[in-house]
Amino acid sequence: MPTLKAGRERSRGDARAHVAAVHSGKGQSPLLRITMFSLRHYWQAGLAIGATIIAAVLQLLIPRLLGQAVDQAQNILVTAGEGAEQALVWTAATLLLVSVARGLFTLAQNYFSESVGHHVGYELRLAFYDKVQRLSYSYHDRIHSGDLITLGLLDLDGLRMFFSTGFIRTILLTVLIGAGAYMLLTTDVVLGLLALSFVPFVAWRSSVAQLTLRATWLVLQQKLSVLTRVMDENLGGIRVVRAFSGQKHELGKFDAASKSALHLAHERVLVRVKNTSMMTFSFFAAMGLVLWVGGNKVIAGEISVGTLASFLTFMTILQMPVRQLGMMVNSFARADTCGQRFYGFIDQAIEIEDKPGAQPLAVGDGTLRFENVHFTYPGANHETLRGISFEGKAGQTIGIVGAPGSGKSTIAHLIPRFYDVSAGRITIDGQDVREVTVESLRRQVAVVQQDTFLFTTTIENNIAYGDPWAKETKIERAAESAQLHNYIMGLPTDYGTVVGERGVSLSGGQRQRLSIARSLVLHPAVMVFDDSTAAIDAGTEHRIRSAIRAYSSDRVTIIIAHRLSSLMHADLILFLENGEVAERGTHAELLAQGGRYKALYDLQTRPADDLDHEEAAQ
Amino acid sequence: MSVIEDDERDSASYPGQRPPRASVGSHRIEEEVFGKAYDPKTVRRIWAFVKPYRLKIYLSVAAVLVFTATQLAIPLIIGWAIDGGMVAGGNTTNLLWAVSAFAVAVLVNFGASYVQETQVGHVAENVLFDMRRAMMARLQSVSLSYMDKTEVGRLMSRLQGDVNSMQEFLETSVISVGDLVLLFGIVIVLLTLDPWLGLLTLLTMPILFIVRIFWLPPAKRAFWAAHETNSLTNGAMAEGINGVRTVQNLERQQVNLDLYDDKAYGNLQTQLTGSKFAQVMVPIVDSLTGISMATVVLVGGSLVLNGSLQVGVIVAFLFYIQRFFDPIRSLTMQYSIMQRAMTSGRRITEVLDLPVTITDKPGALTLGPEMDGSVEFKDVVFGYDPKRAVLKHVSFRVNPGETVALVGPTGSGKTSAMALVHRFYEVQGGAVLVGGHDVRDVTQESLGEQVAMVLQEPFLFTGTVLENIRYNKASATREDVIAAAKAVGAHDFIERLPGGYDSQLEQRGSNLSLGQRQLLSFARALVADAKILVLDEATANIDSYTERQIQKALEKLLEGRTGLVIAHRLATIRGADRIIVLQNGEKIEEGNHDQLMALGGLYSRLYNMNYASFDDIPDELVKQANARAAST
Ligand SMILES: Nc1ncnc2c1ncn2[C@@H]1O[C@H](COP(=O)(O)OP(=O)(O)OP(=O)(O)O)[C@@H](O)[C@H]1O
Ligand SMILES: Nc1ncnc2c1ncn2[C@@H]1O[C@H](COP(=O)(O)OP(=O)(O)OP(=O)(O)O)[C@@H](O)[C@H]1O
Ligand SMILES: [Mg+2]
Ligand SMILES: [Mg+2]
Repeated sequence: MPTLKAGRERSRGDARAHVAAVHSGKGQSPLLRITMFSLRHYWQAGLAIGATIIAAVLQLLIPRLLGQAVDQAQNILVTAGEGAEQALVWTAATLLLVSVARGLFTLAQNYFSESVGHHVGYELRLAFYDKVQRLSYSYHDRIHSGDLITLGLLDLDGLRMFFSTGFIRTILLTVLIGAGAYMLLTTDVVLGLLALSFVPFVAWRSSVAQLTLRATWLVLQQKLSVLTRVMDENLGGIRVVRAFSGQKHELGKFDAASKSALHLAHERVLVRVKNTSMMTFSFFAAMGLVLWVGGNKVIAGEISVGTLASFLTFMTILQMPVRQLGMMVNSFARADTCGQRFYGFIDQAIEIEDKPGAQPLAVGDGTLRFENVHFTYPGANHETLRGISFEGKAGQTIGIVGAPGSGKSTIAHLIPRFYDVSAGRITIDGQDVREVTVESLRRQVAVVQQDTFLFTTTIENNIAYGDPWAKETKIERAAESAQLHNYIMGLPTDYGTVVGERGVSLSGGQRQRLSIARSLVLHPAVMVFDDSTAAIDAGTEHRIRSAIRAYSSDRVTIIIAHRLSSLMHADLILFLENGEVAERGTHAELLAQGGRYKALYDLQTRPADDLDHEEAAQ
Repeated sequence: MSVIEDDERDSASYPGQRPPRASVGSHRIEEEVFGKAYDPKTVRRIWAFVKPYRLKIYLSVAAVLVFTATQLAIPLIIGWAIDGGMVAGGNTTNLLWAVSAFAVAVLVNFGASYVQETQVGHVAENVLFDMRRAMMARLQSVSLSYMDKTEVGRLMSRLQGDVNSMQEFLETSVISVGDLVLLFGIVIVLLTLDPWLGLLTLLTMPILFIVRIFWLPPAKRAFWAAHETNSLTNGAMAEGINGVRTVQNLERQQVNLDLYDDKAYGNLQTQLTGSKFAQVMVPIVDSLTGISMATVVLVGGSLVLNGSLQVGVIVAFLFYIQRFFDPIRSLTMQYSIMQRAMTSGRRITEVLDLPVTITDKPGALTLGPEMDGSVEFKDVVFGYDPKRAVLKHVSFRVNPGETVALVGPTGSGKTSAMALVHRFYEVQGGAVLVGGHDVRDVTQESLGEQVAMVLQEPFLFTGTVLENIRYNKASATREDVIAAAKAVGAHDFIERLPGGYDSQLEQRGSNLSLGQRQLLSFARALVADAKILVLDEATANIDSYTERQIQKALEKLLEGRTGLVIAHRLATIRGADRIIVLQNGEKIEEGNHDQLMALGGLYSRLYNMNYASFDDIPDELVKQANARAAST
């Protein structure tokens, strides 16, 4: 059995508290926001900052000590005394001590700043996941899932790492370069200036380079996401590719996307290398100058060899942080762009949300009413639904028929508020669906979607998806009603069988029946079957329907279907045309009307030859 | 059947616990991430990708050697400058020489590093893209029975993550050649400068190795765990994104967030452990550096006192020591990169070596449009799992130009039979003939061109409506596309889209109704202009009126072509010349509508049920039908 103990044993804040924390600070600049957010882990952040400063100071002591040692070694020849040797022992001991301490503090610096990063990452992930689940259909209609995945992987990472690669590094570099420059300049101004001469150049170059790389990175990321999409759709739509022998076509698409990405990648390599080489060169050039000028000073007796050695050592130490200036700039730029995107996503207004003070839906006798409902999809240039009104009481069945695109599924999507109506209202027992809590509403409205989506898990988990606490008997009963039980029991691992991605290892009708079973586990007040028996033969459908009838006495059932036998017993049938109810009534009434419904009925029941004659006669 | 009595969700029986029947993301764990660091077989395969660029690799290895040499020389030159130019009164000429030598070394260093890094960088990028392409190309011909079992996300992680770690490996491996040389170079230089001092300094090295021996196994495990939990968490996230509509539909957000939290929290723990292991080496290396430096200062100092050592040498030593641990550190890192790369390499080779069980025979025929368009099943036996047959000894023939319908209860094997026409899978017994040729004797490409399919599940690509209908028929003009769209009755709604035929479709066509998607995929099959048209529930989500329009339009369009139609709505197939009834993978009836009705078998029962009212059907009939169909 799955991990039941999981959550309770550990002491940690509630997931929802983390999510709420990520949402705070709306309106701040992304950098400020992520910094404040990271600093919430104050003791770890504090330790990281403290350790960073101490480690930097210790690191600066080392060249000093080395220089001192060189001088002492040289002086040994002159003084040749006990004292000199003792001094050397002291220096060596201090050197050892400082090195060990530096190691320990660097450990603390790295560990605690990474730890902050990981904690921040954990919280951002939760908030991201939560947001993905909450954003309404219309948002997900617009955005490609691959782009969301990029957001949740790359952008989140850029943001999460800002504390260690941006914030802490800034402190480190400020201390190192600042204090280092002070030490150098106070020892010897000319030599100090020479030793530092490479700093501005390198800092400038590396920042420029990193910003260029950053800009191209964004372009590259876009190109790569096209590439990802091509690969993803190629694999996801593999049957279409194979059916049309589209392999070459697909590889062509792949190559086109790949080539332009490769080209840019090459350019980026050049930018990067040019800069690192130049930076190293300028560093060594400065070192050469120090050697020359410093050497002359030593000869002139102005400074000691030890001082020169400490200058040179110091430069080696400084080389790393100066190069890192570029990375720091990059980290800022990256966190800023990633943050803009990530927080932009987190701050998205959720179109479908509880009104303040919304109450749970109270189901009484269970009456569903559409009152003059109008609806337009965001971005569409015409109304999808126009003035839809109807009413269904518990125990009643409402049938909807109509051509593709006439708006049937849209009606189904409006009831559980996957979208909100543009005008008019939908009520359940007199309560506007927009006035009650979304959760309570969706628990009372079950839609068997036209487009079946199954999860890559066992049949059992798929059926229990809406009610993961469901008992085994309940799951089996649902499967029996959906006429799937016998099939499942015939499988080697019956309910434990994994259905494959999106249910590939099932036939079309089996997928639909699984999705029906999934809804039968629930106990809603409104049940919608959106064309959910299209891939099921009439015999099986009939058995499903008689089984379902047992459930449907206390709920409104809406059946959307093209096969009229599926809905001819409905208490009310709506014939939809271009988003309007063109005809309404019971089966008998509609047949008597002799309109479009009747024509449809004839098409389905009378032999084709008759129709041809009739049409020919007209 | 009892009505559901337990009104409440059963959550009350498990207070404060995770639901027993819930999970997010798949649970399959990736194979071990840190395997052997060197695996000759994998290396050979990777080398095959590098080989085309080997000149660049040789060049950059040469450059890296030069680069390392200058790195080695610089401290020496500094030491020399001190000893020859500065101490004991100084010597400006020597200093000048030293500084000039330094300048030369720096210039050479610059050039070498430039050459090396550009070459390696380009090669690594090229190899990355080449590998990815090779994998894509392979996946295009791998049999569907493998693809069915494999999650797209898993393959994507190979196409992206694994090739990236190969790239990283290539980029760093040339540098590590340099590191290795640098390490040996430093050892040699230290020993030549002063053997005793050198030996003493190097004493720390074995300590490091011993520490590493103890550190490595648990660290490896920690890194592996971190990697694994990370990909599990990412997998759960991807699932959450792809299935978001269903999640909201079934109101699973709360449960999923908790389950995801478990995963993400587990990941946090392993990441922290991984960090600990990675960072614990820092103070160790630093301490060892400290010991070495202290040794040099102490021993070196006394050697200077003896007069057997010069101060400049001490400076050089100190420089080398600081340099000394850099290559060790990066080699340590390189070691784990290499391990990861080997594993990635193995996974990439796995994809490249995926058995292509369905291949063209040598000398396979090319099916041209001149073939007659007949389809014949000869005693076909087929099962996705060879032990469980889905089609059992099925035989039938579709004559050129005929339209034959395939009907039967759900799960009876109709879609599977059509997949065989296309040779998506290989039959286990008997043969499938198209145009009189066994499908195994013709090239798959030409077979695909002559058999157009409307699949039961419409799939559209991101792109415009036009691109989707045209798909890979490059010769189809805009007019052809529009004609096809008109034939299936899609023209009107396409015109009403904001950009007409150039409107961008969202992912999988989610901004269209399902029926509209089906119409587009129907139009796509028409544009393919094939001799045989397979319609698998092509009008299941379309109303009979539109369907009738399509049928009439098709009559002209499909003159002389062969049609195979699957439908549950029997009205769809009334026009068929013949009807084949499948049940449980067996052909149980065959004939035209009237013959089958007269036979009074499954077809007639299904037909009656299809339009009769449920209550009109005598219970007797329902029972019979139930009994017969129950086994499916
Ligand atoms: N890719 C697959 N891997 C394993 N088993 C499969 C696969 N596809 C189908 N099956 C199984 O093979 C049997 C026949 O499936 P098929 O899709 O051919 O049925 P069908 O007649 O098309 O049914 P429907 O009318 O429901 O579409 C079913 O039991 C199904 O579960
Ligand atoms: N997410 C969406 N964004 C924009 N337009 C949409 C979206 N979904 C559907 N539409 C459009 O709205 C109209 C109605 O679609 P709907 O899905 O309700 O049709 P339907 O009656 O269910 O059709 P079908 O029988 O094909 O399922 C169609 O023209 C469709 O193109
Ligand atoms: Mg629909
Ligand atoms: Mg099928």
